[in-house]
Amino acid sequence: MDHKEDKRFRVAGHEALIGIALVLINFLWWYGFAFGLGGQPVSDYDWILGMPEWFFYSCIVGFFLMVLLVIIVVKYMLTDIPFDDEGDDHE
Amino acid sequence: MNSMALIPLFAFLILIFVVGIYTARKVSRADSFVQEYFLGSRQLGGFILAMTMIATYGSASSFIGGPGAAYTYGLSWVLLAMSQVVTGYFVLLILGKKFAIMARKYKAVTLIDYLQGRYGSNKITILSAISIILFLFSAMIAQWVGGARLIESLTGLTYESALFLFAVSVLVYVIIGGFRAVAITDAIQGVVMLGGTIILLIATIIAGGGMENIMMGLKAENPNLLSPHGHDGELSARYISSFWILVGVGVVGLPQVAVRAMSYKNSRSLHRALIIGTIVVGSIMLGMHLIGVLARVVVPGIEVADKVMPLLALEVLPPWLAGIVLAAPMAAIMSTVDSLLLIVSSAIVKDVYMNFINKDAKEKQVKRISFWVTSITGILVFLMALSPPELIIWLNLFSFGGLEAVFIWPIVLGLYWKKGNAHGAIASMISGLVAYILFHSFAPNYMDMHTVIFPIIISFFMYVLVSLFTQAQYRQNGWV
Repeated sequence: MDHKEDKRFRVAGHEALIGIALVLINFLWWYGFAFGLGGQPVSDYDWILGMPEWFFYSCIVGFFLMVLLVIIVVKYMLTDIPFDDEGDDHE
Repeated sequence: MNSMALIPLFAFLILIFVVGIYTARKVSRADSFVQEYFLGSRQLGGFILAMTMIATYGSASSFIGGPGAAYTYGLSWVLLAMSQVVTGYFVLLILGKKFAIMARKYKAVTLIDYLQGRYGSNKITILSAISIILFLFSAMIAQWVGGARLIESLTGLTYESALFLFAVSVLVYVIIGGFRAVAITDAIQGVVMLGGTIILLIATIIAGGGMENIMMGLKAENPNLLSPHGHDGELSARYISSFWILVGVGVVGLPQVAVRAMSYKNSRSLHRALIIGTIVVGSIMLGMHLIGVLARVVVPGIEVADKVMPLLALEVLPPWLAGIVLAAPMAAIMSTVDSLLLIVSSAIVKDVYMNFINKDAKEKQVKRISFWVTSITGILVFLMALSPPELIIWLNLFSFGGLEAVFIWPIVLGLYWKKGNAHGAIASMISGLVAYILFHSFAPNYMDMHTVIFPIIISFFMYVLVSLFTQAQYRQNGWV
């Protein structure tokens, strides 16, 4: 039982790390575009679809990027594992 | 307000009521009353899981307070709100499968059961129950006040009768239906929230003559509204970023959210919920807050921030459609309140009563007590909400931050760090709570970051240091 659990926990630990990686990517993208492009005076802004460039990239593209990354992670990186301990009810 | 707008609003309340009651029939058929009433027998599928997480988390502040703040601060507040996209994937990935496995192993029904199973300490159970009851009780009052104010301003009813209407429509299905009724009504409420957001966003852009036109209007009024630093340039990058902890990753520490991470059926539900959750929470947060900014041009000169969203909806939409859209904040409030009510009730019944007062309670007794506790809690909140405290967001954020500082490390490090032990967890919880109250009272937003930051850092170090110092006692009967 211990051996099998170790394997499941490795999967779980690995997926938690993926979660942290996603947050870091999300944060850097969000912060970089917002305060990088948005830091200049408003009169110097470039505009995309009527919105300031920083906002478009940071909030709108950033959101779509995260959705895409989450879909990729779910499709290719997560593993299906059972949650129940079969017949093991000692607790 | 136009009676055409009231029809969809009341139709929505009735729909929720009927679905809640219908679902409640499951409770009497379930194998285990406690598992079913407080956790829906761990049967949630991906869609319901995603929706109930979002609906629980998205509250009055996402639909009323948030757009109001965006109206004042401009695009910077949308930027800040976008830190919440994280909640769509982070909670389920971090707690994820390990939490599901351990919760089943411990036969945990509540978050506190899990902590009890992990640390085996009664002190932790009591401490957790007290913090949950204290903080979530105040959060509930804030939400009820928000709900009643909304009904009041839409229908012209008095505050008291609005509160009564709201209380009745939520209380009945929670009391008799438990978690499953809450989760399924949450799913409907989540769909209403998403639909309302999309309709209102499109209508607002059209009413303002297009995005570019509105942005130019904002620029003409005050260019700072378009900068990431707020209308007066006072929001620093550090301050805005600190909300990533409060409303982003820290959400892992909220009991009402964490308990949902052990309610799903299998890995496939979890996987689906990740995708659906990220899309829906991002759309609602982006949409609702952007709407608040755009409203500044479309409906200028609104003095009371909380009225931005209702006034805008009535302005840019035909009345019957405004009624549907205004069901969205109602849905957000109801879906938060029902979850909070159930979690407070579970803390009292499952964690206090069944653990300490009556260890061998019979199924029938537990059932009766659960109904009573849930009803009395609901009525108490109703009575306290009658003379409401001001500032919805403040109260709501207070309970948010406080709970996060208390629970985040005992949950997360408890899952992934073998050396973490009961002493460390208790130290972390107490220091987190005390630090939060002290910082909140004496040094709010210390060093230009949200109050929650330092308490979370302090409780982290307390957990690690105390666990390391006391590890000798735990070496033998260690954890898996």
